[in-house]
Amino acid sequence: MTGALWGLFFEGLWITIQLMVYSAALAAVVAFSVGLARTSRFWIVRFLSGVYVEFFRGTSALVLMFWLFFALPLLGWQLVGIWAGTLALGLSYGAYGSEIVRGAVQAVAPAQREAAIALSFTPWQRLQKVILPQAVPEMMPPFNNLLIELLKGTALASLLSIGELTFQAKLARLSTGQSAQIYGIILVLYFAVAFVLTRIMRVLERRAKASIGRAVPKGEGWFSRKLPVEKQGPEALATGGKP
Amino acid sequence: MSADSNHPKDHTGETTSPAESGGGAELIRFDKVTKRFGTHTVLDSLDFTVSSGKHVTLIGPSGSGKTTILRLLMTLLKPDEGTIKVGGQYLTHEEKGGKLVPAGEKHTREVRKKIGMVFQQFNLFPNMKVLRNITEAPVHVLGMDKDAAEERARELLDLVGLTEHLDKYPTQLSGGQQQRVAIARALAMRPQVLLLDEVTSALDPELVAGVLDVLRDIAHTTDITMLCVTHEMNFARDISDDVLMFDAGRVIESGSPEKIFTEPEHERTREFLSAVL
Amino acid sequence: MNNWSWSYVGEIMPDILKGLWITVQATIYGSLVSFALGLVWALALRAPSRWVTWPVSVFVEFIRNTPLLVQLFFLFFVLPGWGLTFAPLTTGVIGLGLHYSTYTSEVYRAGIEGVPPGQWEAATALSLPARRTWIAVILPQAFRRVVPALGNYVIAMFKDTPLLAGITVADMLFQANSISATTFDYLEPITVVGILFVVISYPTSLLLRALERRLVR
Repeated sequence: MTGALWGLFFEGLWITIQLMVYSAALAAVVAFSVGLARTSRFWIVRFLSGVYVEFFRGTSALVLMFWLFFALPLLGWQLVGIWAGTLALGLSYGAYGSEIVRGAVQAVAPAQREAAIALSFTPWQRLQKVILPQAVPEMMPPFNNLLIELLKGTALASLLSIGELTFQAKLARLSTGQSAQIYGIILVLYFAVAFVLTRIMRVLERRAKASIGRAVPKGEGWFSRKLPVEKQGPEALATGGKP
Repeated sequence: MSADSNHPKDHTGETTSPAESGGGAELIRFDKVTKRFGTHTVLDSLDFTVSSGKHVTLIGPSGSGKTTILRLLMTLLKPDEGTIKVGGQYLTHEEKGGKLVPAGEKHTREVRKKIGMVFQQFNLFPNMKVLRNITEAPVHVLGMDKDAAEERARELLDLVGLTEHLDKYPTQLSGGQQQRVAIARALAMRPQVLLLDEVTSALDPELVAGVLDVLRDIAHTTDITMLCVTHEMNFARDISDDVLMFDAGRVIESGSPEKIFTEPEHERTREFLSAVL
Repeated sequence: MNNWSWSYVGEIMPDILKGLWITVQATIYGSLVSFALGLVWALALRAPSRWVTWPVSVFVEFIRNTPLLVQLFFLFFVLPGWGLTFAPLTTGVIGLGLHYSTYTSEVYRAGIEGVPPGQWEAATALSLPARRTWIAVILPQAFRRVVPALGNYVIAMFKDTPLLAGITVADMLFQANSISATTFDYLEPITVVGILFVVISYPTSLLLRALERRLVR
């Protein structure tokens, strides 16, 4: 392995991380707006947000990415590759995230809402002061899973020739032919990023729980990323498992 | 838990005037209120009034509609028929062009500010420390100055005997302590009416006395109106001006605690009292 | 600006349906591989020796936390160099099955742990041999909890099959792409493929939810 190849990898890794951060930001916005819309008092809002979720969970993120990159320009909008990737990942992982938000908001005890009503808080104050502060810490572990899935999803962008890690690996393979070494190295790089992300999310979770006076049980296992299979059911699985 | 039976007797944040003199104007009026859950009618065309400053206890078998009344007053439920007035204002309706229409959120919130509630399960906000549980609504709903709200919260914590716990999270307190914080939180809004929904039912037996002592203290030293659902008959006898006996969604008997507890007229009341006393 | 043409859709449908058949095959075989391998991981992770559990857990976490697409490339480009040459579809099935086995193993784990400890104790009290305990007592009870969860991963895998286009498997996306490459008209092929995914996966997930309601309790 030459220094030039390592340079290629780190360039790719940097784009992978950028792609992940942008997509995660978009996904977070989508997750909270759609997730809260699904708890709306108005049936039409619930219905439309439900259609959004079912559609974007139902289709394949890669096909969506191809559609945004190849088909959308024919309708008059040309997207730069990285934005087609960001949009596709943000919209589809946002749909999964919205189920996490909805689940966590609905899991806050109804009595908490009643207590907030009894103190005459406005609906917005109820959400912002009482419901969300209790719901957000519960969202952290499934968001962690989703973020890792998103990281893995960024590799799809290589098929649009976006110069992220997987694409750089392809270039490296074409120029050196050392497939085993090259793909072995980038798998380890992805794994290292996932490991660091999981550690960061654990710290954030602990902070969030401490802020509502609760302790976090020590994570079992060395990776400490728990798949949500305990809570059986499509909701639970779809939210944080494997989209 | 020594703190549970230890609180100052001599001080409250309320303007003090003996409860007995508070038999003033009509504060709460239920007018032909009906509430159904599915096909089950919980309240059947119920009429009743509570005068300002009175302490009224609702008793009766479970499922007789007592808690429903409190939840209707707190607007946690909507009546199917009839109207509720608080302090002369409609609670779930408003007058527009001489007609009664269902109230908007804003109107309801305005009238609701006159009412405070203490819940069976305390329902403190676990994401806020004790002090902020008490100050949050006065600051953000009543627009009170933060320092003034904290000052008032400290007075109230003193009243319920929990000053030293103001910097703790609710989960770090015992049930009895949490319930006393919940009482302080409700009082911080300076409500005209305090609704008490079986406030000791979720407590371990040894913690009940501390909470009841605080409520007795408030009942005897303030002019706040109380509407109370309880199974603590001694407490009811001690603080009530009036006791209403409910059965199947109707008031079947009412009167002073002496009368209801010593010489009830109605057969159902006798049965109920002999079962709980 | 390009207008939607139904006659074009009609022309490309046969090729796309051919791709759908490949997609379905990849999903079915991939699922079977993942069900079997997942059970192997789940049982290996319960082994008494750290010499078994450690390597297996490192391997499982590694596969689960790295991209499927890169794993597919690895299998596609590296295995032939080791003298293992497979058809692209076979490589794809191995990749999908291996990747998803690291998820199904968690499903099995949760299913097994969901069986009340009293069941193990009862089996011990009856002196049932370990093999019998597993086959007659534990696995049948875990099964009910496991089936709907496995079904959800089958749907997830179905939606991941377009990744196989990256290793030249002629699935739906691959078909759509090769059609578009000759006509220069991407709109209809890719839109049709995207909608086919929703049309198949949404009703399937509704079915699974119904199945789950019947199986779990």
